[in-house]
Amino acid sequence: MSFLRDALLVAGKDLRIERRSRVALQQIIPFGGVVVMLFAFALDSDRTLLHQAAPGLFWAAVLLAVLLAVGRSFAIEEANRARDGLRLSGLDGGSIFLGKAAAVAVELFLLEVIVGAAVVVLYDVSVRGAVVLLCAAVAATVGLAATGTVYGVLAGGLRARETLLPLLVLPAVTPVMLGATRSFQAALDGTPGDAWPWVQLLTAFAVLAVAAGTVAFGPLLEEA
Amino acid sequence: MLGRFPALAGADLEVESGEVVLLSGPNGAGKTTLLRLCAGLLALRAGEAEVLGVNLAVEPRRVRRAVALVGHETFCYDDLTVAENVRFVARSTGHRAADADDALERVGLQRVANIAHGRLSQGQRRRLSLANALVRNPRLLLLDEPHAGLDEHGRAVLEEIVRSAPAEDRTVMLASHELELARRLATREVRIVAGQVHAVPPPAPAGAAVVAGFEPRA
Repeated sequence: MSFLRDALLVAGKDLRIERRSRVALQQIIPFGGVVVMLFAFALDSDRTLLHQAAPGLFWAAVLLAVLLAVGRSFAIEEANRARDGLRLSGLDGGSIFLGKAAAVAVELFLLEVIVGAAVVVLYDVSVRGAVVLLCAAVAATVGLAATGTVYGVLAGGLRARETLLPLLVLPAVTPVMLGATRSFQAALDGTPGDAWPWVQLLTAFAVLAVAAGTVAFGPLLEEA
Repeated sequence: MLGRFPALAGADLEVESGEVVLLSGPNGAGKTTLLRLCAGLLALRAGEAEVLGVNLAVEPRRVRRAVALVGHETFCYDDLTVAENVRFVARSTGHRAADADDALERVGLQRVANIAHGRLSQGQRRRLSLANALVRNPRLLLLDEPHAGLDEHGRAVLEEIVRSAPAEDRTVMLASHELELARRLATREVRIVAGQVHAVPPPAPAGAAVVAGFEPRA
């Protein structure tokens, strides 16, 4: 119980900081919107292609926003050496990981709702297979947040963290990008049955990422 | 080791419970390194260190729960208020959020409890660090340049905290360049030079004189 309580404490702290600083609201979410809009301009002459590519473009926008959200999550720990404060607290590394990953996931859900609405409007997409879309989005978001948080702590203590983080995270989340795009494509095409294997892949990835992060985060926090 | 540079090689220091030990010495001598080591923030690459009877290499988390470090940085979040920062420390170290109010009152920061950390002056930040340390109710209090940035009132608060430490079953180690102020608080002084710990003789009683280490003839 104390493990989960500590995770909630860390998540609450990160979300409160984001609510105050409004970085997610004023930078990360608009960034996702701009990416979606740029794709719309680039492919506007071919509405069919834009419609077909909508799931991939949506997740590409989310993926790029993940880098910002994770970078921000660890930037607050670098200021005033707050990371040392976390270490001194004696909190279990696993609970810190769960808390930080949960906060990133909440921010990503918010981003996905807003960017998703922009995709529906700009790309002229009809929403179908809501259950599949929701399950895929939840599994993909948890996987992205967990993977990003593991690599975030790894890169957090380094001077080259801004450039290193994308190099570490983007290849690692390729299965999420693939699974989320395919499952969204199937749901929007009206064949949700084809989406479930991809949702299973996303769920398996998310479970593995959370388990690996819970074990690895503590030692990484010490070494970084 | 700090990188490839051996810090505190051959250092040997034993501190009794309830002591207030002043670490003096030139910049770069290893004072901060020693304090961070005692706090469990640095890993020991060689030798042995026991803090409060706990082997640092074996149980660093247990050591961290029993010590508090007031360092050069506050370990706080700029976008959280003073009260929120102290409450976070209290709850993350297994104490009650209500303890935060007592700690803030003791360092005289109640008036700015709802101000964001990022808007505090340097002296207020230093006092917030002290509140964060007190709320943990540590058995070992580590103070790194605690006088820096403190005004007269802040220094009085610091003095009260250090002087009441033995009565609160608390040991204090402080590193300072403000030797005159720090010596008023310390029960013992050790000088660290190039990572080596040297005992400093206690101040001579009134009427006596110690010059260059030679005692005058009786």
